[in-house]
Amino acid sequence: MNYDVLKEYTDALSPSGCEGNIRDVIKSKVQNFGDIVVDSMGNLMVHKKGSGKRVMIAAHMDEVGFIVTSICKDGRIKFGTVGGIDPRILVSKRVVFVKNNLLGVIGVKPIHLQDREERGKPIPKKDLFIDIGATSKEEAEKYVKLGDFAAFESEYIDLGETIKAKALDDRIGCFLLTKLLKDDYDFDLYGAFTAQEEVGSRGAGVAAYRIKPDVAIAIEGTTCADIAKDEKDFVTTLGDGPAISLMDRTSSASGKLLKMIINTAEENKIPYQFRRGIVGGNDAGRISRAREGCLTCTISVPTRYIHSPISMIKKKDFENTLKLIKLVLKNIEKGEF
Amino acid sequence: MELLNKLTAAFGPSGYEDEVADIIIDEIKPYVDEIKRDRLGNIIALKKGKTSKKIMTSAHMDQIGVMVSYIEKEGYLRFTNVGWVDPHAILYHIVRFKNGVTGIVSKEDKKEIKDLKLKDLYIDIGACSKEEAESKVRIGDFAVFKSFFKLVGDRVYSGALDDRIGCYILIEAAKRLKDNKSDVYFTFTVQEETYTSGAATSAFAIEPDMAVVIDVTDTGDTPNCNAMAVKMGDGAAIKVKDGGMICHPFIKKFLEETAEKYGIKHQYEILVGGATDGSEIHVSKTGVLTGAISIPSRYVHTPEELVDMKDVEAVISLLTKTLEEWEK
Repeated sequence: MNYDVLKEYTDALSPSGCEGNIRDVIKSKVQNFGDIVVDSMGNLMVHKKGSGKRVMIAAHMDEVGFIVTSICKDGRIKFGTVGGIDPRILVSKRVVFVKNNLLGVIGVKPIHLQDREERGKPIPKKDLFIDIGATSKEEAEKYVKLGDFAAFESEYIDLGETIKAKALDDRIGCFLLTKLLKDDYDFDLYGAFTAQEEVGSRGAGVAAYRIKPDVAIAIEGTTCADIAKDEKDFVTTLGDGPAISLMDRTSSASGKLLKMIINTAEENKIPYQFRRGIVGGNDAGRISRAREGCLTCTISVPTRYIHSPISMIKKKDFENTLKLIKLVLKNIEKGEF
Repeated sequence: MELLNKLTAAFGPSGYEDEVADIIIDEIKPYVDEIKRDRLGNIIALKKGKTSKKIMTSAHMDQIGVMVSYIEKEGYLRFTNVGWVDPHAILYHIVRFKNGVTGIVSKEDKKEIKDLKLKDLYIDIGACSKEEAESKVRIGDFAVFKSFFKLVGDRVYSGALDDRIGCYILIEAAKRLKDNKSDVYFTFTVQEETYTSGAATSAFAIEPDMAVVIDVTDTGDTPNCNAMAVKMGDGAAIKVKDGGMICHPFIKKFLEETAEKYGIKHQYEILVGGATDGSEIHVSKTGVLTGAISIPSRYVHTPEELVDMKDVEAVISLLTKTLEEWEK
């Protein structure tokens, strides 16, 4: 399978609230597949007309990132995080500003200047800053303004069996949805590339309100905690196939839909796993409760190290997830659901 | 009492409320004009009135429980909570799966009770291996806490009184309701304990002018407890506010006046933590005038909860009169 489009998707710089870059790239790939709407939240929706039943597939376009909150006299840039980022991973990372591709680094006091106590502790976010090489506030302001967005800067690398890139949560979902939209179905298929998931699924609720789905599937790049010490604490395992969500903080999978998805996987011998644990939330939450409600489920590609500059997926997992969702859609088409 | 016993014995953790719904539909069918279950599983039953005004009254069908998240090679089940579950309250209690399989909630031996978290607990269903356990339950299966149903004087203890007692009250109100002025929508919601999503979607569909939510509340009358004005046996608790809603003063006043008019024993409820379906209903669409009548209840969210049937009777009377007389 060719992954060039995924590279284009993960290379796009689009933290929550400024999804313009990724939206333009996606739009160029999907515009011939159906009717396109971009709403006021910035959601991109593709409608493939069918006869009646409304099926919504959602993947979010946004990624975690940074926003400029103040610029110091000496030209250092203070920032806030957009979406959930562990401050301990920020030290010495490269970031890139969305509006001008300007590079910066998240600087830190070198080891020589830290006392023994400081060395043993993670550096709190309030002591971190982005350095763009400016030596004064005036100089920094020539390039960066308050409220400007930045994203992690990181290279897409194809490692053969695996792919390493930033923002696989959820560009892998966008890539998958793009592939799904190529096929034709009897029902009304709505592909929703949503905005602002990382800050509370704000786009998804609005999209679902417009689409009025009967059934919806959210596609995610989900936590893969197979590096935890104890297997019972794993959320998903890389390489074990699509991760089917049972419940999280925002919704639980419809029992009926879940059963059909599991049967589909088992009948077709597609490996699958459950997403264990109920932490986190995603677009399915808002979608399930939009208007009079709809049945939802989330299927994810297990992704290691999400919400950091490097995330990692196995191609095999992606391909099995794609295969499973295609078959699930075929079953919905056959009226098995 | 037989109906309440049946309702509390039904299996209905959030998202899997079918058993409860079947009982309710059977009971209220003869007393309402229209009845349907919507996509998420809410029951919406309409008893027509004489005006075009719409009242929604709701109680949730779901109960708290646990969900299997992992099966160990020795056959022990690890689990996660469905709704708010206190690890201390469930330790060494019995859980029951839909297929009848039961198990004991136990803790890792070396974990101190005072530091107990849900992840330190496991369920022992008597299986000797992962394979044996998997022949009985699967990851993703839900279970509820097994409980007794016991009448002691006027008081009942049982599991799942949160909120089957509310369902019972709505059923009774539907049976007694006569000459209601407005259209009354008896709404039995799903998934209150987890996401209050059933209330959100049913309120959207009904678009009521006014709503009365029926749910349990804590009391402040047990040894060394947090101060709270609600006392068991002191009647229907008219809600003033909780963590998710400030009741509309207009509705609060109407409930007050109705209680006084008919001599129904009542008290006021201010709940510091926790919320009900009202948190969703009152902000649905362009907003709904929402109030709530609560049933004073002890040991809420534990395997055995306790209510006083005199309070329950007061709530039924106050709800019925309110539904009959509201026409604004």
